[in-house]
Amino acid sequence: MPTPSLTEYLIISGLLFSIGLGGVIIRRNIIVIFMCLEMMLAAASLTLVAFSRFNVTSKGLPDYDGQMLVFFIITVAAAEVAVGLAIIVSLYRARQTIHTDELTSLKG
Amino acid sequence: MVVFMRNPVSSALSMVLSFLGLAGIFIGLNAYFVGILQILVYAGAIMVLFIFIIMLLDVKDEESHPRKGLALTAGVLIPMVLIIQLVGVIATDEKSPSAPELTLGVAAEDYRPGSVIHTKLTSGSLPDIHLIGNKLFTDYNFPLQVIAVLLLVATVGCVALSKKSVAKNSSDHGSNKPDQG
Repeated sequence: MPTPSLTEYLIISGLLFSIGLGGVIIRRNIIVIFMCLEMMLAAASLTLVAFSRFNVTSKGLPDYDGQMLVFFIITVAAAEVAVGLAIIVSLYRARQTIHTDELTSLKG
Repeated sequence: MVVFMRNPVSSALSMVLSFLGLAGIFIGLNAYFVGILQILVYAGAIMVLFIFIIMLLDVKDEESHPRKGLALTAGVLIPMVLIIQLVGVIATDEKSPSAPELTLGVAAEDYRPGSVIHTKLTSGSLPDIHLIGNKLFTDYNFPLQVIAVLLLVATVGCVALSKKSVAKNSSDHGSNKPDQG
């Protein structure tokens, strides 16, 4: 069985990132836009894990610095989702909508 | 699938599916801890939070909102340009490396004989969680504490956000409060 090379992981990661970016641009529902942002973060994590596995240290272990960064990314993403969803809920309470087309004025 | 589902709930569920696939790729890359973390935090906690909010807000489908042609064109075009650039850059690299072998026996020399890491490395299995924990509490001790403060700030921020909107609701139009949310 041929093992996948670094290029294939990078292309999958880029594809995932592009799907997330397309979602952010196309969709009008603010919750779905938020989910697509999460997907772009996950694509970045995939790149980091792939580099961590392919950059073996002189002793023959994976380079764990990349996986540390992924750990911190996941933690920050969790905090970000919590705060962002709280903002969305308070926005919905103020405006009764979550479509970005209808959120055109800044003054609450 | 996440992008083109009209119903946010099916969009969220296909998101769970893609995160599970991503966790499978992580485990295939010998990053067992990160894979498990991906399933627990993303597919478990974060997506449950999303679905909870979707149900709380009772989001209507986007049936009544026709897609804007401009946004659709830009949303297809810009990621497509990104992909083409990426493939163009990566394709210039003639030989792409495949995953190098892990030599666990050699790596075991760094660790104290009798410790868990040493025992597992010499027996040929990768003690992923032990190595990450070792690294986390030695080299990355300060960022870990910064992250702890960040989580505390996020918690306080969430409470402050929801509290403020409740207070504003009750002071502005307290009479019609029950029909909101």
